[in-house]
Amino acid sequence: MGDKKKTIIILLVIAALIAVIPLFTLRGAEFGGSDDAGSEEISKITGTEYKPWFTPVMETWIGGELPGEVESLLFCVQTGIGVGILAFYLGRFVERSKHETTEKKTGA
Amino acid sequence: MNQREKKIVTIASAFALTFGIAPAANAMHIMEGYLPPMHCILWGAICVPFLIAGYLSIKKTLSENRKSITILAMAGAFIFVVSSLKVPSVTGSCSHMTGTGLGAILFGPSAVGILGIIVLIFQAILLAHGGLTTLGANTFSMAIAGPFVSFGIYKLCQKLKVNKYVGIFLAASVGDLFTYCVTSVELALAYPSQTGGVAASALKFLAVFAPTQLPLAIIEGILTDVIIMCLETYAKTELIGLGILKEEEN
Repeated sequence: MGDKKKTIIILLVIAALIAVIPLFTLRGAEFGGSDDAGSEEISKITGTEYKPWFTPVMETWIGGELPGEVESLLFCVQTGIGVGILAFYLGRFVERSKHETTEKKTGA
Repeated sequence: MNQREKKIVTIASAFALTFGIAPAANAMHIMEGYLPPMHCILWGAICVPFLIAGYLSIKKTLSENRKSITILAMAGAFIFVVSSLKVPSVTGSCSHMTGTGLGAILFGPSAVGILGIIVLIFQAILLAHGGLTTLGANTFSMAIAGPFVSFGIYKLCQKLKVNKYVGIFLAASVGDLFTYCVTSVELALAYPSQTGGVAASALKFLAVFAPTQLPLAIIEGILTDVIIMCLETYAKTELIGLGILKEEEN
């Protein structure tokens, strides 16, 4: 159990490092989305600025592009929903296995 | 699957084949309006049989083992979390993970189709990320092609008796990378290069996506391993029910 905990912590640190190191090594880089890089590539291939034939429904509803801050809010909502579900069930599992071990002890 | 369900899947597959013979089965979030309408319909049609098979597979898993619904919710939540995190990468641009490997390993590849499309619809409608017209193409690359590759690699590693965690790592990270390969091909089919055709343009898109995605794929592999380790410790009964753990490993 102790070993597993250590492995998990080490793995998480490695994952965090991989994510953060580019920020420090590539100073001044823009860090735009790679999806945008894709549409630039399309413009290069077709030779002209590509005009999408369909605008996102949200942009039609609010009559313009989604404000950057609101976009990050919605992304956070998405993360929040996900983490909420993960944490809720994992917490239940943890409590349950605690309960099981104490029951075994008292039973024996 | 019972007789009637089998029939539905067969009919849907036939439907997809008649519509989708031309494009080879091969692209992550393509932006709204960036694929010609014909491509949108084709990719959408190809997804239908996989989604139906996915629905039936989830139904079957749940009817056999009611308790596994919590793990299914967690697999879906994992996709929600990692696909909302835009991570900086070595190329100086950001991208996000797919998170579909976990679900593919736990529930089989077709079930992930359903989980993936929920996330894609959420992002397409609320975030203008991906799109409704490109939903079919995005579903195919992220929620179908990627998970199938993950599942295949996981099973292969099991057969070859590779260390379980190494197998899970490889399955999740290669599945993530493959999603971007398929995206590149989907884009290339819509935008063949004037000089080299589809192949040349696929390589160009891949050159944009792959270096960015590689470190993220490694992170995804690590996170998937961590989640599975947690579940193994705390949710043994559910994993045994899903056939991931064997009884004697208790």
